[in-house]
Amino acid sequence: MPTNKVNIPNYRLLGKNYTTPDMVAKVTGKSKYAEDFRAEGMLFCKLLLSPLPHGRVKRIDASAALAMPGVKAILTADELPPPAPFITDDGVMIPADPRAERGLTNEPLYQGEPVLAVAAVDELTAAEAIEKIQIDWERLPFAVDPMVTLKPGGPNARTDGNVWVVPPPAPPKPGEKPAGPPLPQVQDFKWTDAEYAEFKQGKLPMSKPSMEWSYGDIEAGFKKADLVVDEAFVTPNTSHQCMETRTAMAYWQNGKVFVHCSTQSTAQTVPAIARWLSIDQTNVVVISEYTGGGFGSKVTSGISLTIPVLLSKKVNAPVMMRVSREEEHYIGRARPGFHGRMKAGFTKDGRLVALDMFVVTDGGPYGPQGDANSSGRIVSLCYTPENMRWRGVNVITNTPPRGAQSQPGGAQGVMIMEPVMNKAANKLGLDQVAIRRINAPAGKAGIGGAIKGKRDHVTSAFVQEALDKGAELFRWNERKSQVKKSGTKARGIGVAVSAYSAGSIGFDGLFVIKPDGKIYIQSGVGNLGTESMIDSHRVVAEVLGVPWEQCVVTWGNTAKHLPWTCPSGGSQTIHAMTRAAHATAMDAKQKLQEIAAMDLGGTPADYEVGGGRVFRKGGGAGLTFAQAAQRAIKLGGKYDGHEVPETVSRMTKASVTGLAGQGLLAAAKDKYKRDGITNSYVAGFAEVEVDLETGEYRIVDYVGVADVGTVIHPRAFGGQMFGRTSLGWGHALAQKWVYDQHYGAPLAKRFYNSKPPTILDVPVNNFKWAAVDIPDPETPVGARGIGEPPVGAGASAVLNALVDALGENIFRRAPVTLDIILTALETGKPGDDPLTAHI
Amino acid sequence: MADMKNPEETTKTLSRRDLIKGVIAAGAVSSAGYLFRSSGVRAAQTQSAAGSVERLVTLNINGQQRPVDVMKQETLAMTLRYKLGLTGTKLGCDRSECGACTVLIDDVPHYSCSVLTHSVRGKKVVSIEGLASADGKLHPVQQGVVDEQGFQCAFCMSGFIMSAVGFLKVNPKPTRTELAHGISGNLCRCQDYDKILTALLKGAENMRRA
Repeated sequence: MPTNKVNIPNYRLLGKNYTTPDMVAKVTGKSKYAEDFRAEGMLFCKLLLSPLPHGRVKRIDASAALAMPGVKAILTADELPPPAPFITDDGVMIPADPRAERGLTNEPLYQGEPVLAVAAVDELTAAEAIEKIQIDWERLPFAVDPMVTLKPGGPNARTDGNVWVVPPPAPPKPGEKPAGPPLPQVQDFKWTDAEYAEFKQGKLPMSKPSMEWSYGDIEAGFKKADLVVDEAFVTPNTSHQCMETRTAMAYWQNGKVFVHCSTQSTAQTVPAIARWLSIDQTNVVVISEYTGGGFGSKVTSGISLTIPVLLSKKVNAPVMMRVSREEEHYIGRARPGFHGRMKAGFTKDGRLVALDMFVVTDGGPYGPQGDANSSGRIVSLCYTPENMRWRGVNVITNTPPRGAQSQPGGAQGVMIMEPVMNKAANKLGLDQVAIRRINAPAGKAGIGGAIKGKRDHVTSAFVQEALDKGAELFRWNERKSQVKKSGTKARGIGVAVSAYSAGSIGFDGLFVIKPDGKIYIQSGVGNLGTESMIDSHRVVAEVLGVPWEQCVVTWGNTAKHLPWTCPSGGSQTIHAMTRAAHATAMDAKQKLQEIAAMDLGGTPADYEVGGGRVFRKGGGAGLTFAQAAQRAIKLGGKYDGHEVPETVSRMTKASVTGLAGQGLLAAAKDKYKRDGITNSYVAGFAEVEVDLETGEYRIVDYVGVADVGTVIHPRAFGGQMFGRTSLGWGHALAQKWVYDQHYGAPLAKRFYNSKPPTILDVPVNNFKWAAVDIPDPETPVGARGIGEPPVGAGASAVLNALVDALGENIFRRAPVTLDIILTALETGKPGDDPLTAHI
Repeated sequence: MADMKNPEETTKTLSRRDLIKGVIAAGAVSSAGYLFRSSGVRAAQTQSAAGSVERLVTLNINGQQRPVDVMKQETLAMTLRYKLGLTGTKLGCDRSECGACTVLIDDVPHYSCSVLTHSVRGKKVVSIEGLASADGKLHPVQQGVVDEQGFQCAFCMSGFIMSAVGFLKVNPKPTRTELAHGISGNLCRCQDYDKILTALLKGAENMRRA
């Protein structure tokens, strides 16, 4: 929308719109996603999926299938390499996890889990072969609802228990490197009879937790409180539903495996595949130029890609595994649903002085997920409770595996806490924006629990500024007094605050200035279309003072010598890779100045870089980038990459060697200091209109204001603001899983069962975004990521607006469907079931 | 445009029900049309199985006559992607839920995952690859998307562009709301609807100027 602007001064390229170099391939259909590649003699494979939510394969009879003409091979779990330990680049040993997910299994833990695969000359033959395979099953107990397995005597999702427990890390032995994270363990955990009695009365029991942390003195906090709110809320399980499923094609040549897949990180998928296959990472080549959506579900692609990889090895031919939409529902990851309960103490003026937060997560069979812990950390940051205790139970269920989804855990935490903030403001007679402003994080605000009395803190936070700007753009004060009800329609407004981690550190940058004067930049980030993969490299052109048109970005194929870069996930990229780009540009600058001093006299400090040249300060003699590149090749050593920098990672070192001798080579690791953990923030404002006769409601308009430091590419930023907000709206409006509890069978497997918002479900003409435009002080160009925090703000602002329109006592879970509203309006009681999952 | 058909009418004449009826009439299993039978490899290596007999048909794709062997139950999306190498048409769901596979059939947008290939004989099919001119000049709608940095992951992009091009043939000057309705049969999981709509409207403006 034309109203949206960012205003960062003093940069030539940063903060300006431009067209990314992947656009023409996309609009002409020439961009190739995993399923668009073909290889000579390529076979197809199909999967046999478990019909049971939990069972064990006793016997497989594939004789009829293997006798079919055109069937080439079968792959079962017995042929997969066993889980193996591995050593990270930092030398940390990660032990083998016998409970970890594998590509295929003989003990499926959810309906739809892949059991075996068949490769054949074509897909139809492979599918027919699958139909001919007979399996004898042993049925095992199952649980698809976390509340069911926690009941006394309830069934367990795994044979050895139903709850994840992560032991504390072992203290490092003197003189030795710290051990890797301890392996998660499984426990059998049930409520006490008293807790079960509380559950039967419709309350989530605050039972013994499997994880907990705290800070301050929560009892003292509650003593100070004038108002205590005790509320529970249920958030939905939601599949990622990437438009591109995790289709993969693989072939082997000379002991190397070439994998065409869909990933959020080209670079980091290499060691992941090496680990899954127990092979050396120098034997893995990943090709992923375009990725059709990730949202956290394809951080290093998916372990399912090992199926075509191993079949390809077995039959010595390329194998394509097309993943159907229904299969993607099973193996494509989902956000874990939460049951949460908050006991919150407020003073009269609205300050949150004590918070007791308890969550139960529906974690699927493999894990544990980090969502539970993140939910507590994000709530502790967004609303800065003076004293807080967080407790959680990570429950194992026989439902598809979970994964990080945009704002993992943070979105759920915000959705559980926002109704509490809303209720407190109403009870205390305070303005909704004001109560969030009073409790907003500022500066180096604390995050998470205390370890030895000390809490982590963030790099910076300007949430009050975001709230103020949003209230102004939304005309909050004016609209507060508008008439709520008119005929059969009711209107309401809502505000919500959200935060999430927004940047990692320590990755590498790599580029070559070639004798044609152009800068050839290498990127190992996956290309999901957030464009941060390209945008972050604008910093190179900015620092070196060259037009962007002089830069060529190479991405998407690890055979093309890519550096070790972050995955495009968790909003890391714009922060991590602008830092790496800056460090690398500084390396190039230094080398250019040294070459100029060698050739033209004086010291490197006498020279500056700009306009595609390195020249004597104040004007005078200089070299063009083209000339300097030629000199670098002649000089060799560190100048053209024949001498490899020590600081960069293993993958970058190999890539430096691969590119050596082509020009002036710059490679550097981001070693910039950072005080605090990088987070970004969004304040969201929504108005909804409800039809009181049908229960239908629509989002009238929305304002999102982000505190993300320097905005690098406004249009791409706006796309994230709208897109991730809308992903959040899906949680409020309609999206959830539905299960047949008796058979453990999922019923919402396709788009039409749990549809992401369409263009008609969202206020596409009435959406405004803005940024507070205050650079983060702990990173060179001040940029933080934006992909996560809009989600929780989007969902909760809409839910709070619904409360404003209809009053409290309508719903206790999301999504709020029409039947919930109608039932509540008719009965005067909440129209939903407060505890059952998947209904 | 005198030769233009009413899109509503044409859509009604080729529904998913017709697709299924067409498959049943052809004596094949309905799900089989969604699977790929690579005739070249198969013919060389095995004898053909019942229900998979291919017949040579000639299709008009992107202005060219293309002879191609197709099964009776084969969908247009599979023919385009696997027999004709036109991989710009994407499969997002294979069941008329998402619109990623949208192509124009006689100027009207259709989900090619739910159209039987043999049913488009004698019709003009245009896929995303057929929009730009031979010299590489982008179609005005493609240019609008480039100009406005529309879409994110772009897996849905070709379907959206084909829907928009089809819609603009009947309504060359839509409002934002009208165009939103015109492309509402397409799903974008990046939910980039704001930027998509801005870009496609720019495309409409480009078309009017062209």
